[in-house]
Amino acid sequence: MELREGLLYSRSHEWVKEEGDEVLIGLTDYAQSELGDLVFVNLPEEGDEVATGESFADVESVKAVSDVYSPVTGVVSAVNEELLDAPESINEAPYDAWFVRVKDISDREELLTAAEYEAFVESEKDA
Amino acid sequence: MERKTPLYEAHVEAGGKIVPFGGYLLPVQYKEGVIKEHMAVRTRAGLFDVSHMGEILCQGKDALANLQMMLTNNFDDLTDGQARYSPMCNEQGGTVDDLIVYKKADEDYFIVVNAANRDKDYQWMLDHQFGEVTFTDVSDQYAQLALQGPKAMEILRKVTAEENIPKKYYHAVFDTEAAGIPCVISKTGYTGEDGVELYLDSKRAEEMWDALLAAGEEEGLIPCGLGARDTLRMEAAMPLYGHEMDDQVTPLEAGLGFAVKMGKEDFIGKRALEEKGGPARKRIGLRVTGRGIIREHQDVYLGDRLIGRTTSGTHCPYLGCPVAMALVDADCTEPGTKVEADVRGRRVEAEIVSLPFYKRSK
Repeated sequence: MELREGLLYSRSHEWVKEEGDEVLIGLTDYAQSELGDLVFVNLPEEGDEVATGESFADVESVKAVSDVYSPVTGVVSAVNEELLDAPESINEAPYDAWFVRVKDISDREELLTAAEYEAFVESEKDA
Repeated sequence: MERKTPLYEAHVEAGGKIVPFGGYLLPVQYKEGVIKEHMAVRTRAGLFDVSHMGEILCQGKDALANLQMMLTNNFDDLTDGQARYSPMCNEQGGTVDDLIVYKKADEDYFIVVNAANRDKDYQWMLDHQFGEVTFTDVSDQYAQLALQGPKAMEILRKVTAEENIPKKYYHAVFDTEAAGIPCVISKTGYTGEDGVELYLDSKRAEEMWDALLAAGEEEGLIPCGLGARDTLRMEAAMPLYGHEMDDQVTPLEAGLGFAVKMGKEDFIGKRALEEKGGPARKRIGLRVTGRGIIREHQDVYLGDRLIGRTTSGTHCPYLGCPVAMALVDADCTEPGTKVEADVRGRRVEAEIVSLPFYKRSK
């Protein structure tokens, strides 16, 4: 499992990158490898509100559809539309394949550092 | 508690992602992933562990008469070594299972059934048998491997002699060997590609698995999981029990009329099928034209009219687009018709297309 230092991680396997007052959200390497080959992505639109713990996008592998949850409450300020035509880029480079940029953040869940997230994934595997 | 196939350890070692299926623990994919495994079978070759499939022997003086009564297809002209696909119906015309019957010799048949239906089928056969016949569930003694793809026969020829290989589709050579291991070689499959399925003693499954993978290394043979098995059968529009048909769906509705011989004197379910007349709903293919993937159990609409539900659906790697199969009202099956499916509250556009979605060029 690949991790990237400097990012924060959610227990539902999203990564969060802080950029000033805004954040970028994507799926972790562990998530993409568990999901398998991704072939379709549904994204919100600019201006949509997202809320902590609620689904804001979904990704589909050959086998199944999975929700992507927002670790923050805020407003979508940009959407990575390149993912729509190239969902496989989430498998290839999960930490570059951001889904949305979120501004006006009013709430966020407790996020994990890379080391904490790694320990969390290990504990989930054993469960 | 799920059963393990004799190759369970080999799958784990090869990086297989293990999931429960039909009462067995099987790999849904290996390291390469579903798409690469799927493409390997379409362009080169793939090896599948399908040991979860059930095997039942039907033997005795009245074996043929029992098959004729329990199954919808006709078996009285089957030659030694020949195989034939058939649904098995209940009295209401619903489908108990779909299966393949091999004739080993007179009064000696080998039946292959779906894993999830193995116990149900065996019990069904015991409940309906008559005369001098013995049904024996030998599933645990047999492993089954499927070697599939345009390079499959070339790979097989490296491990066995030409005379051990069946010449024609739906034929098998019993009591033969490959890689020095006793087996049945059957020219059948569930991928829409050329290839064979091997039945052998489960104790020697790992040996055969390793021998075939080694033999096919040059040709690019890779192990393939259930994920690719499902996307391959979808592209080839092969029905899967529990999806395209079940106890409530007749084989005629499922588009399996070619394997239902209404001219036979009698079989279980024949009267019900006669009384129903032409099927009220039919299996169709859908090619997604909108954005999204239509999966199973989604409502299908023609305008505002609900015409049926999908039975299977996924993204098809070789076609490069999502497709689905659906059971819809018999008056709404014209290819080219534009319909919509309700995908989690969102309408996704699709077009009715003729089946199969994919057919290999010979």
